[in-house]
Amino acid sequence: MNLTDTPEEEEFRARLRQWLGRALPALPPKPSPDDWPGRRAYDLGWQSSLYDAGYGEVHWGSTPTMRLIFLEETEKAGAPYVGANFVGLLHAGPTIAAEGTPEQRERWLPPILRGDEVWCQGFSEPDAGSDLAALRTRARRDGDDYVVTGSKIWTSHAEVADWCELLVRTDPDAPRHRGISWLAMPMDAPGITVRPLRTLAGSAEFAEVFLDEVRVPVANRVGDENDGWRVTMVTLSFERGTAFVGEVVACRRALRELAVEARKNGRWDDPVLRRRLGRLNAEFRALWRLTQWNVSEAELGGGVPGVGGSVFKLRYSHARQELYDAAADVLGPESLDLDRPWVLDRLSSLSYTIAAGTSQIQRNIVAERILGLPKGR
Amino acid sequence: MRFQLTDDQVALRGGVREMLARRFGPEALRAAVEEPGRLDRTLWRELGAAGFFALRLPEAAGGVGLGLPEAVLAFEEAGRALLPGPLVATHLAAGEVPGAATGETVVTAVGNGLVEWLAGADVVRGDGGAVGAVPLRSVDPLTPLHRVPTGMGVPPVAVLLTAAEQLGSATRACELAVQHARTREQFGRPIGAFQAVQHLCAEMLVRTETARAAVYAAAVTADPADIGTARLLADEAAVRGARDCLQVHGGMGFTWEFEVHLHLKRAWVRTHRAGPATESEENLAAELLADPV
Ligand SMILES: Cc1cc2nc3c(=O)[nH]c(=O)nc-3n(C[C@H](O)[C@H](O)[C@H](O)COP(=O)(O)OP(=O)(O)OC[C@H]3O[C@@H](n4cnc5c(N)ncnc54)[C@H](O)[C@@H]3O)c2cc1C
Repeated sequence: MNLTDTPEEEEFRARLRQWLGRALPALPPKPSPDDWPGRRAYDLGWQSSLYDAGYGEVHWGSTPTMRLIFLEETEKAGAPYVGANFVGLLHAGPTIAAEGTPEQRERWLPPILRGDEVWCQGFSEPDAGSDLAALRTRARRDGDDYVVTGSKIWTSHAEVADWCELLVRTDPDAPRHRGISWLAMPMDAPGITVRPLRTLAGSAEFAEVFLDEVRVPVANRVGDENDGWRVTMVTLSFERGTAFVGEVVACRRALRELAVEARKNGRWDDPVLRRRLGRLNAEFRALWRLTQWNVSEAELGGGVPGVGGSVFKLRYSHARQELYDAAADVLGPESLDLDRPWVLDRLSSLSYTIAAGTSQIQRNIVAERILGLPKGR
Repeated sequence: MRFQLTDDQVALRGGVREMLARRFGPEALRAAVEEPGRLDRTLWRELGAAGFFALRLPEAAGGVGLGLPEAVLAFEEAGRALLPGPLVATHLAAGEVPGAATGETVVTAVGNGLVEWLAGADVVRGDGGAVGAVPLRSVDPLTPLHRVPTGMGVPPVAVLLTAAEQLGSATRACELAVQHARTREQFGRPIGAFQAVQHLCAEMLVRTETARAAVYAAAVTADPADIGTARLLADEAAVRGARDCLQVHGGMGFTWEFEVHLHLKRAWVRTHRAGPATESEENLAAELLADPV
């Protein structure tokens, strides 16, 4: 067991730091959360500078340890995270890279890496959330096209996306998991209506997407017809432990800032509050170590992909909510002021135990797939 | 970075586990419980011969020449097996107290207002040999305790090795719960098919694996904040793990016969060995202000 960089890792880190030192001061000002075109331009612009500097492929072209270092250093330096490129870089891209034909890879991957195109994820439906395989959006074959009708919900970044990775039902008579296909749908196709949904934090992060006889070329299907479930699961296990690296680094910084604030406003004199922050320090230190553990496991090809991720996500999503509850304790009545730092973070932290598999679903996964308990009911 | 056990470390852990299963299996455990206060000196010497106490002593000094990570793995196994005795104190005394390294001498130490195994030990370290020590009726049948008027600071390595024992105990409790949940049937199905039981088990694993990362990292860095972290997480994993394991076992969990109460009681003893948890919390809080943001 060791926690030190190899010479190669050290060099990668040093070069990255140097580059960040030059690149960050040149960044344009951060757009406001409600300025969607501004956010799109900002996130794509950042990806394009990464690409020019040779870091464009870091999310799926490099080893887990290099990815860890990349995410750690960029977050520490205060660089932007993937933002609107989330699905492209961390989900649809890796899926296409793993399962697409050479033509599909050539068509879709370079624009993602260069920061030209934004992707969104159309999986969840009004009646298919945790039970994703219940999805009903129908794709009927018509010549060289699929004709798609149905609706998707909670689609993040739908308003600014160029493409949607879409799960559709191509065989309604097959067993649930065997009648699903994975399509790349251009978001400007006729028949698509996007209706933004406001989150409890007040901004429009996600949307409903209505599909009315949308024509998607059969050539846009990745993987075989009716094999979309497997294609998707390959990617769900793809990230292997690095999904929350930047966030854990950010939480650890927030915790330090919180301590400084508590010292300033006098709350630090309360031993109960101090110890609560001390516990949170232990919590996030441990989560950082667990990240390193999972990444090394992935690096060595051990473990079951995605499984360490469930353990991590359960603990992390809870800890993050605790962190911002503690922030509210530090702020006192000011925690009701949306203009104070951490107040919006507290609101958005509420989605962590829901998005990307609720905590209950994660516990089911841990119980059944890691511990081998009988299938629940 | 390669934060995974090496092949040698896996082998070492397997070796210790195998030895403890052979020398301190369920029967030996039960026998020890029925004879509280008696330390098996033969086993102690065998542990010495196997290098348990001399693990971190340099080879030149007759030790095994390994480091903290290896010691942590050995103590994890000790915790898992509920191995009794002042293991941490004797391990720390190796090289300093004659006979400790080989297991000839049993060494205990004055800790935070308590001394474990005072009557069973040959040497008591710290605080003038525990003057004024008063025996108490220990909640843990496998850890005789004396109260002492003054407390002693506990060395960080002792805190870490205690956390390693807690980790082993937490791992065992999770395994026991899962085994039982798979086989015990009610309402015509294994109780492990009920989500309420599944989620208890899942949370046990989450606490254990998070604690594992913290304990192993502290073994690599020996950093005080990492050790404090390991201690807080391992205490939580062990105490709550034993509680949940007990719950999963129903009435059987409340019996003297079934081993889970021994895990819980020992876990309670260990939470006191490292001093008050609030102290670790305060240290970790202070650490937040130590570095500039
Ligand atoms: C901020 C945010 C962004 C999102 N972005 C996207 C996106 O871009 N694309 C996309 O496709 N989806 C997205 N989602 C959707 C997300 O994946 C779903 O919300 C999630 O899977 C839960 O589904 P649901 O909302 O239908 O809740 P439900 O599945 O209806 O769950 C409701 C409650 O029931 C519980 N429950 C359900 N089934 C079980 C069970 N078997 N055992 C125990 N408890 C159970 C759940 O834990 C939950 O507490 C996003 C969600 C959020 C919050």
